[in-house]
Amino acid sequence: MTSSDAIVIGGGHNGLVCAAVLAKSGRKVLLLEAASELGGAARTEEFAPGFRVSSVAHLLNRLHPEVVKLLDLAKHGLVLQPEQSVPSLSLSTRDGPLTLAGAYGDDLVGAQASEQAAWRSLRAQLFRYAGVLKPFLSRRPPDLRGGNSLAETFSLGQAGWALKKLGKEDMRDFLRVILMNVADLLDEQLTDDRLKGLLAFDAVLGSHLGPRSPTSLLGLYYRLAGDVGGVPGAQFAPKGGMGAVVSAIAGSAAAAGVTVRTEAVVRTIRIENGRATGVILADGEELSAATVVSAADPAATFLELVGPRELDTGFVRKMRNIRNRGDAAKLHLALDRPPEFAGVDSAGHRGRLVIAPSVDHVERAFNPCKYGEFSPAPVMEVTLPSLSDPSLAPDGACVLSAVIQYAPYRLREGWQSGKAKFLAAIMAKLEEHAPGIGKRVRHADLLTPADLEQRYRMPGGHWHHGELQADQMLVSRPVFGAEGYDTPIGGLFLCGAGSHPGGGVSGTPGLNAARRILAMER
Amino acid sequence: MGTTAKKASTPYAARIAARGHFRTLRLDTPFQPRIDALMKRNDWYSWGGYRAPNSLWDEELEYFAIRSQASLFDISPMVKYRIEGPDAEAFLNRITLRDVAKLRSGRVHYTAWCDDEGHVLDDGTLFRLADNRFRLCCQERHLPWLHDSAFGYDVAVVEETEAIAGLSLQGPTAFAILREAGFAGIERLKVFDLAYFQHQNGTVTISRTGFTGDLGYELFVPAELALSLWDRLMDAGQARGIRAIGYTALNRARLEAGLIVANADFATAEHALRQDRVRMPDEIGLGFMVDLEKGHFNGRRAIARARENKTLRHILVGLEIEGNIPAEHAIVYHRRTREVGLVSAAAWSPLAKRNIAIASLARPFGDTVTDDLWVEIYAMRELRYEKLMKRAKIVPRPFMKLDRRTATPPADF
Amino acid sequence: MGTHRLKTWDAIVIGGGHNGLVNACYLQRAGLDVLVVEKNDWVGGAAVSRELTPGFLYSNCSYVCSLFRPEIMRDLELPRFGLQVIAYEGGAVFTRDGDYLANYRDHDAHRREFARFSKRDAEAYDRYARDVTRQCRFIQPLLMRTAPDPTSLKPRDIGELMYLAKKFWGLGPDQMAATLRFWTMSISDFLDEYFETDVIKANFSISGIIGTALGPMSPGTAYVLLHHYMGEVDGSVGAWGYARGGMGAITKALSASFQASGGTIRTGAEVDHVVVRDGKATGIVLAGGEEISGKLVVSNADVKRTFLKLVAEKELPDVFLRRVRNFKIRGSSGKVNIALDSLPEFPALPKDSPCYRGDLHFTDSVERMERAYDDWKAGRWSADPFLDMMIPTTLDPTMTPPGKHFMSCFVQYCPPKVEGRDWTDTDRDAFAETVIAQIADYSPGFRDRIVHMEVRTPRELEAEVGLTEGNIFQGELTFDQLLFNRPVPGYAQYRSPIGGLYICGSSTHPGGGVMGAPGRNAAAEILRDLSTPNRHMSPAHDVI
Repeated sequence: MTSSDAIVIGGGHNGLVCAAVLAKSGRKVLLLEAASELGGAARTEEFAPGFRVSSVAHLLNRLHPEVVKLLDLAKHGLVLQPEQSVPSLSLSTRDGPLTLAGAYGDDLVGAQASEQAAWRSLRAQLFRYAGVLKPFLSRRPPDLRGGNSLAETFSLGQAGWALKKLGKEDMRDFLRVILMNVADLLDEQLTDDRLKGLLAFDAVLGSHLGPRSPTSLLGLYYRLAGDVGGVPGAQFAPKGGMGAVVSAIAGSAAAAGVTVRTEAVVRTIRIENGRATGVILADGEELSAATVVSAADPAATFLELVGPRELDTGFVRKMRNIRNRGDAAKLHLALDRPPEFAGVDSAGHRGRLVIAPSVDHVERAFNPCKYGEFSPAPVMEVTLPSLSDPSLAPDGACVLSAVIQYAPYRLREGWQSGKAKFLAAIMAKLEEHAPGIGKRVRHADLLTPADLEQRYRMPGGHWHHGELQADQMLVSRPVFGAEGYDTPIGGLFLCGAGSHPGGGVSGTPGLNAARRILAMER
Repeated sequence: MGTTAKKASTPYAARIAARGHFRTLRLDTPFQPRIDALMKRNDWYSWGGYRAPNSLWDEELEYFAIRSQASLFDISPMVKYRIEGPDAEAFLNRITLRDVAKLRSGRVHYTAWCDDEGHVLDDGTLFRLADNRFRLCCQERHLPWLHDSAFGYDVAVVEETEAIAGLSLQGPTAFAILREAGFAGIERLKVFDLAYFQHQNGTVTISRTGFTGDLGYELFVPAELALSLWDRLMDAGQARGIRAIGYTALNRARLEAGLIVANADFATAEHALRQDRVRMPDEIGLGFMVDLEKGHFNGRRAIARARENKTLRHILVGLEIEGNIPAEHAIVYHRRTREVGLVSAAAWSPLAKRNIAIASLARPFGDTVTDDLWVEIYAMRELRYEKLMKRAKIVPRPFMKLDRRTATPPADF
Repeated sequence: MGTHRLKTWDAIVIGGGHNGLVNACYLQRAGLDVLVVEKNDWVGGAAVSRELTPGFLYSNCSYVCSLFRPEIMRDLELPRFGLQVIAYEGGAVFTRDGDYLANYRDHDAHRREFARFSKRDAEAYDRYARDVTRQCRFIQPLLMRTAPDPTSLKPRDIGELMYLAKKFWGLGPDQMAATLRFWTMSISDFLDEYFETDVIKANFSISGIIGTALGPMSPGTAYVLLHHYMGEVDGSVGAWGYARGGMGAITKALSASFQASGGTIRTGAEVDHVVVRDGKATGIVLAGGEEISGKLVVSNADVKRTFLKLVAEKELPDVFLRRVRNFKIRGSSGKVNIALDSLPEFPALPKDSPCYRGDLHFTDSVERMERAYDDWKAGRWSADPFLDMMIPTTLDPTMTPPGKHFMSCFVQYCPPKVEGRDWTDTDRDAFAETVIAQIADYSPGFRDRIVHMEVRTPRELEAEVGLTEGNIFQGELTFDQLLFNRPVPGYAQYRSPIGGLYICGSSTHPGGGVMGAPGRNAAAEILRDLSTPNRHMSPAHDVI
């Protein structure tokens, strides 16, 4: 039997961050990855001969600065240069594209002057409010049992101070809009449908909400509370795809002494006397450690790896009640040559192209997925990563990577027959905006949430490892009772996107979990 | 995956057929025709939606039937679950406090179960009918809890309250009556044993259990055999003073036996609206059930933590109170001034000839501080409270131990 | 009635709805000389009984008495002034397979009814009821308190905030977490954690959406549920019921109580605007030009109507105006009121079922309810609407000629505008047909029993009752419009930027329903400002 101080299950970015931080503080850490390569859902994979693409997330918009610093990612090959920062474009067949340039629209191109002014004021407000929430979204959630550490209490105090600092009227507006739906806020302040559509899309991306669902504004705050390369709200197209980011983290982990084993499928987390003491692999091999950390989905961790017999019924209930059915699909197209989106210039083609021409479009796309139907007129964000990084595609060819909503995890008619129909609906949408694109497709790879589940071991195919809605945030993430990375099982911790603050390639859950583990050892 | 996770929807026809239930708010039990025939007082209460007697004729006669002859009490309204499958033992071990592995087939134990926080959901009796088949009898309803607990176990949980009729035959002559009724081999049953006997073309399950602290048995049959079983017992018991009784008499006997009743002596966790009303096993005298050695069970971590951190806040005690005035729902004081608890059940014990009570006290009172306790009794007498401050002494439960309860074979009265 | 012009009233209440009358009653009883002015020729606002066809009294707006605070009934002696509430006896949701799910008052009957569909759901009800009741117990004491301003440093606001924080902290960690979750959940998700049967979930989700422009799958609807359950927390007996003589009986008793204590009501008096001098309200001007002076003015109209129509824009700060404009009042419901020449039959429901004397529904799944909402979002009335239907004359024959019946159908969802344009009479008739067709599906021969019908879309509700967009709560019950955000941040304490101008309608905390709490709370604030002893307001009931 091999023994380590800590075993980390899952070599996605959060697992790697957690392992690296633990190793840096002198722990002997073993990281186990079921797949043959690291990265989890943040990989760069070849999906057609010569065509490579970021497997799920394709843009980096919230890498925790402390992760970058602590793990010295720059030294390990992470390149975050301003020129990687890409704009967002909202496409419209009626009015042409609108561009949010710079860090989430420092500059708004293609809108009327009055709308630009309105946007400047709204953008400033959104960033101010996101700033208030930032301490909540970067630290361990507040401990309702009163066990907040000094640093945690300090960050709560920081949030309180940030709120007070807003001034009376701003604070009032903040408290009014915090749980509001995004559509109402946009309707109050903006008029341009393209801009509103884009913001609405961003607010609900990756969640089972429409822009008119109460609390949907939180999604936008979540996005804006992140920063990358020190720029809040920025988005980077990582050179080499998302896999490159993970490589840097993996490099840092290796340097810190983390032992990595791939193709090591954990079957069971071994529990003795109510405490985790190691893991048992699928082939029966037993590995011991005083601390076991799971970057896997929380429900899978507890219901499958731990098993209900070591858990209380109420806790199992809560785990089973986590809503984790994904609504987002991923499309990869191998194209003969780059597509031409109408009215979009060459810089724009390197950006994020959002097809969500109005709030109503997004809302209407959402409706069917409530009933297990896909949207016949889906909304999506499209990137063409090979334009910025030609290494991703053969010469002259092009990779298209798109995130598409809404595609319910459980399609009523079944994905077996539904997938081709959904792909046709997506292609029809793309064709509207980039005429002729269909003819250039050499290979299409559509990953429904059901596919994502299988391929990346994400139950429900939800890339946040559980809905990121108000009732599954903070102390309710993943469930109350395991909200602070430690769990009812002694020695067992969670460090994945299913934990606070949630998904995205941020490394925050991994970092916070590692800190919690170290704090509890003290 | 447990088979229990499947939907338990009733087929359409059965659903339609059951619609008329709204016309009868209090159901009859399978024994109702016999009880109705004996009922002279029309004194009913609702036991889980069933029409159940408080008393049929005379409370005192009914009580003394328990202690001096034999009493027959209809326990059909008790909630019953059948738990069956290869994982039944493991499943019950995870749910309940005691070690079910130690419960042999053909045995019964009194147990309790808790939620995650270690708060008691209910207490009840667990019958091991066969290696992989159990019956759980209790006061409250728990089907969702049992189903959700079955996740990951190969076990089926079926509610069978209506299908199974139950009788409790208690009192010194209970054994003789069963023997007289022809249940051959009944003398071999030790306390907490169960065995199967032929009744007509079916089977009756008889266990040497009860809620009186006396010699007694509980009998379970399919509902359609209920009346003939009743008649068989009544016929056999005529010479030995068998008497149908109501709850009032039983309640006095159970108090003498020191037994507690859910939602009378403690609030069950799924019903308590107020956070401070729930109780851990150690707080209601059920700490003896908690088996920390058997592996994980619901509430284990919380219970162990509370014991370790000494955060248990309450304790359930038996009180002997001076005088003879029952102290029902009286406040308990320390040194006559400091309020430290509440009496949940109290009665004059005709058996022990003492004034007894069960009370819940705030620790350390009742735990390490046990002297100088008082109860304030408000005795309503002709529209005036007679306020009495009486000395109370903590005494062990049961308030009276009867050797005949456990003697095997039982003596022939 | 001719000499009002010469007089300066201590207080003028604009609008004789139930909150206006409650407010006026408390002020009058505290010794003020109060005038209530009402646009219509009758008082009552949305709580009225109107004879719209000879011999038939219609509760043509609100239709059920549930939330009205018992403290107010007691203080204003409403039983003495004739208010009788008849508790209803059950309720049912019809299922498409020819069955129904009933709600019975008896706990065990209720369980057995659920058990017809699922034994598990039958036994899940207690835990569900416990959890919802816990939430109600937490919220209920807040109904009769003025919401604190979290940005204020006044001792009173800080004190109230401390009260809230203490109350919240007192829940303990698990309950705190459960509460945070509950407030932001959808009723559909919440119910999924307890029940497995569609019709049972539909049955409970009703309370999460009535009156709102939200679907059962919208986050926040679990909270709305509390709004409809609140009546039952403090053990009020007969919480849900009909007022004998229709809902107008409530406002009739209120106006009788008001007049008995010396108050004056003027009907047929539409207010054109509030007179503001030097930033202070000094009276009102009626539509005909008549000016009436008052030392203070209280508006029972919703916040938009009050500040965007009755007060000149220049009198109000920009921030305030912006927030008032941003207040969401969304018409989401309509009403079809029907006079029947005989009791309709529902073959699915046994003739002796008590459910005839309760609320009846046809929406047997959460999905149908949500799809009905999708129609509304698209600007259409629901093709398969949700109906909250009742026949109060099964319990109160005084409303109709002998043997005849009155049926009230509350219909959701019904948009304020049809695909962006105004309602036409043709639309209205088509809307009514949708409703009648749904009823007739379950009640053969229903059409033949109809004697008269009144159809009220948001257009009619707004025109007659003055409810903006016909919204029954005078504003959505979403987080951005609750507590200190209701109606607008900074002015959630019944006052306004204009001295002497108050608001007391359902736009204010704690919101809509025939509850009376806003009117009462506003009166408490006014009397506090006047330093007038408030002797006739008994303290809010304890929740222990």
